[in-house]
Amino acid sequence: MKKLINYQPHRTWKVLLGMLPFLVILIFYMLGSDARLAENPNDKLLPGIQQIANAIDRMALEPSKRSGEYLFWQDTSSSLIRLGLGVFFAACIGLIIGLMVGALPLASASFSPLLTVASLVPPLALLPILFIVFGLGELSKVILIMIGITPLIARDIQKRTREIPAEQLIKAQTLGANTSQIIVRVLLPQLMPRLIDAVRLTMGTAWLFLIAAEAVAATDGLGYRIFLVRRYMAMDVILPYVVWITLLAFFFDMTLAWLNRRLFPWHIERR
Amino acid sequence: MIEARNVWKSYGENLVLENINVKVNEGEFITLVGASGCGKSTFLNMLLGIETPSKGSLLLDGEPIKDEPEQNRGIVFQHYSVFPHMNVLENVISAKAFKQKGLTGYLLGAKRKAAKKEAEQILEQVGLSASQKKHPHELSGGMRQRLAIAQALLGQPRILLLDEPFGALDPGIRSDMHQLVLNLWKSYKLTVFMVTHDIKEGFYLGTRLWVFDKVRHDKQSPESYGANITYDLPVGKLDTDTYQKIDDRLRPKIVEKQIR
Repeated sequence: MKKLINYQPHRTWKVLLGMLPFLVILIFYMLGSDARLAENPNDKLLPGIQQIANAIDRMALEPSKRSGEYLFWQDTSSSLIRLGLGVFFAACIGLIIGLMVGALPLASASFSPLLTVASLVPPLALLPILFIVFGLGELSKVILIMIGITPLIARDIQKRTREIPAEQLIKAQTLGANTSQIIVRVLLPQLMPRLIDAVRLTMGTAWLFLIAAEAVAATDGLGYRIFLVRRYMAMDVILPYVVWITLLAFFFDMTLAWLNRRLFPWHIERR
Repeated sequence: MIEARNVWKSYGENLVLENINVKVNEGEFITLVGASGCGKSTFLNMLLGIETPSKGSLLLDGEPIKDEPEQNRGIVFQHYSVFPHMNVLENVISAKAFKQKGLTGYLLGAKRKAAKKEAEQILEQVGLSASQKKHPHELSGGMRQRLAIAQALLGQPRILLLDEPFGALDPGIRSDMHQLVLNLWKSYKLTVFMVTHDIKEGFYLGTRLWVFDKVRHDKQSPESYGANITYDLPVGKLDTDTYQKIDDRLRPKIVEKQIR
């Protein structure tokens, strides 16, 4: 008998063991749901599989009676556009700021304190200001996501830039490289996989700000819908929406990880 | 060509080098040996331009050496000397690209073709022709150092600085690398400074051996005296007695450092 810390599960076992907690949660949910529905068939708190299926059918597969749109897909596309724009611009700005502050001591001296302070401001506290300045439209939601995650990305990239061994910068200089050549050819390419990692880490935060912004002021979107139907205690809609958001987040994370392995094989291998 | 005049180097209270006075002619191959912390790497870094003397002056052709790395002084470190995100060929071509003025350091069209040809030649010379498309992480330690040397040479430096370049390599591969460095030194007419832990390496490689050591010792505060060049010997005319003497003096210190 091996000691417990040395006991490695077999591959199939690993998969099965990983599935087990999901299964247990599902079974407990269904047991609880059945128990409550047996007592009161109109219970809304733990809807059964049938009720949830009906809700999905209503939201995703039939046009809305009022607007003629497929609400679920409308919500998904609005949310993803906001999220995509916010994350994209945050990544671009974060990369530029992080790279400059990480690579140039002068930029670091002038912007590091500001960056530190900026990343401490709670972005949600700025939401009212954004609504006042940019109105209630798409722009303020995108900007909230940007304000929320740009400092995180910038600080991460700053740290990663400084992690690149000084030997490489010295070597490039002995080959005659000037500052901009070093930034473009030595630092920037090595930061791209790190930027993707940084985006992966901040995606959760980006979702948080998206849903918060939609909850406060929007006319569609995944977060808007969840908060709207909360008024009717429509758990049969909220639960599939939450699962859907989780699936989307999981899918983006996997895609970015795959992209990183695919585009920058040298990055993974070096670790 | 290079002259050190009363060079002192200290970090706060800690005196590393004291009163170094040497002259080096073009084309010499100097090996720097000594225990860890004796200042040999510090001296190399001063030649490179990333450290400056605290007192005295270090001159190249009568002018103080600039306090940042430049094209006339190439470097090969023990680690991280090549760019991990470029393949072997691109690593060498980049050396040509960095010599151009410009913002991006990319070569296009005819210039790139010419650079590629030159790069292929030098890769042939260091024995890396078969691995052109590989990235550094796919190479062995010895091949990576060959690449680093090829890259440094394409920068066409007058002085080549080697900071324990073969410290991480197996002994068998080391002797191949010695042969390579000696050949390149002759064919490119370089002035070479090589820092090494391996005293034997210093005894048959190159033309001149410097041993860095502390002359004076204070048991209470070992940091208050710096090291100097205690032996400055021409290589090739060395007798075994001298070797033994230096070996006896340095080996206990080196072993002691390695155990720690």
